[in-house]
Amino acid sequence: MKIGTCGSVESNDCLITVKESSGITIHLESIVKEYFGKQIIKVIEDTLKELNITDVEVTCIDKGALDYTIRARLITAIERMNKNA
Amino acid sequence: MKNVLNRFVPRGYIPFQGSKTIINSSKRKLIPEVYTSNANKLCGSLAEVFDKLNITDGMTLSFHHHLRNGDYCLNMVMQEASKRGIKNLTLAPSSLFPVHAPLVPLIENQTVTKIYTNYLNGPVAKTISEGKLKELLVMQTHGGRARAIEAGELSIDVAFVAAPAADKKGNANGVDGPSACGALGYAIPDVKYAKKVVIITDNLVENLDYIEIDEKYVDYVVVVDKIGEQSGIVSGTTKITRDPVALKIARNTAQLLNELGLIKNGFSLQTGAGGTSLAVASEVKKIMLEKNITASFASGGITAYFVEMLEAGLINELWDVQCFDLEAVRSYKVNKKHYGMSSSKYANPYEEDVVVNKLDFVILGATEIDLNFNVNVTTDSKGLLIGGSGGHSDTAAGANVTIITTPLIKSRIPIIKKELTTISTPGEDVDVLVTERGIAINPKRTDLLDKLQNSKLNILPIEQLLEISYQYTGIPEPIKKSDKVIGVVEYRDGTIIDSIYKLGED
Repeated sequence: MKIGTCGSVESNDCLITVKESSGITIHLESIVKEYFGKQIIKVIEDTLKELNITDVEVTCIDKGALDYTIRARLITAIERMNKNA
Repeated sequence: MKNVLNRFVPRGYIPFQGSKTIINSSKRKLIPEVYTSNANKLCGSLAEVFDKLNITDGMTLSFHHHLRNGDYCLNMVMQEASKRGIKNLTLAPSSLFPVHAPLVPLIENQTVTKIYTNYLNGPVAKTISEGKLKELLVMQTHGGRARAIEAGELSIDVAFVAAPAADKKGNANGVDGPSACGALGYAIPDVKYAKKVVIITDNLVENLDYIEIDEKYVDYVVVVDKIGEQSGIVSGTTKITRDPVALKIARNTAQLLNELGLIKNGFSLQTGAGGTSLAVASEVKKIMLEKNITASFASGGITAYFVEMLEAGLINELWDVQCFDLEAVRSYKVNKKHYGMSSSKYANPYEEDVVVNKLDFVILGATEIDLNFNVNVTTDSKGLLIGGSGGHSDTAAGANVTIITTPLIKSRIPIIKKELTTISTPGEDVDVLVTERGIAINPKRTDLLDKLQNSKLNILPIEQLLEISYQYTGIPEPIKKSDKVIGVVEYRDGTIIDSIYKLGED
């Protein structure tokens, strides 16, 4: 199975794992889920849309990363997944 | 009922009226000091102490926290209480740490039903946040606790004092022996005013060179194997941070102090422990060396960094209420100008010549700060107890300039809030907020704003700093909070500055 990861579980970062799948599934575990859960999901969805990705399972373990960090981690995780082909 | 900060105050408590209102309009209340009449003090065990003092249901027991997260004594005493099936105890430890986790089941089974403390974190804090303490938690300040004890408001039946060295007559100090923890400042009011005083030591000696606790107050001395773990004293980091955000905050703070003319010959300061505080001290030291300046004193919990400055002749005196690391413990023993002080001398609002009032500036932290500069150091933004004022409100009230240093954002959470979860220190006593992206000055300090008119520092209204944090984080969604009160935050004058709520929604 194609898989890619990027990031860390340090404060202010997130660890993103992506797996090839059918359709889009997003799992979010975040220390700020109550405050920013919807926003984080939206960033992930928007980034996938920009990359034209429709079949992936994303797991994000978030330790309070800002949007640009989440985006960057996701893009790199996907690049790594594709390299693992 | 609401107080002047529009915060709820439970029935039976006096609402906060402003930081100086009560103190300026009332006199110090002092109950008589309590001397012992007991001559034969040595006990073979805590069980014997419990028998002799007839410790029973409903009593108030106090403890001090100089062994910090290395303390064994509170757990030992409470184990004995539990074994005897004693119920409804009130505890008054000056602080509680993760090491005190064995209290959790004793709170749940109502061995302990009320707690007064100045600071708490770890499992006990979580249990209380979950609403499991039967009565209200009372969070005091270091100075406020001293005041409440000497006024008889916090009436202690038995004070247990963990003493690194003691003789059989009951004299004791914190500096000698394998569990040396240094200054015993927080225990002093307990020793003077508790109905009974018990020294717990693991180092019974014939003679003490230095006496911090006088035998005249002490009823019993009990020897145990070990009063605590010395390494547990060390509070957080003892190294200067390498975090670039914290270093930027430290540089901004030092430059601000310099521009305000606060780094001048004979100045006085207090900072907390922790990486950012040490980085500020390090930046201040650079300016002192450059300009050939010496400070008159540093106070508070003392760290190795201040010891180094004392020994280098950069600071004339250290005033120490508790040692934050082992280097401070060593210095307290050997350096003549490293003085101990009681919590009363340190921070009691009614004490003449109190140390906090002589501070030119204090550097403090915050978990939250609002647009009126009110500060929370008691709970996190979800309402979980994670600390407490300790000396925060005391030093803020006393120091000429009170500076809060904090990153603008911690793990995506903006530190500046429109509304605080809990108010620990009133904004009227907080003058400056230094973050990595700008500095806000409390508008009521027009004197500071005047001095900074031509400053190149990025000085902004606090509202603008909030906007900047939102640009990075987005606006947090409001969360539902419980309206069940589980505790109160008592200001140093004994009034209630805020209530503390149960964690979660119900």
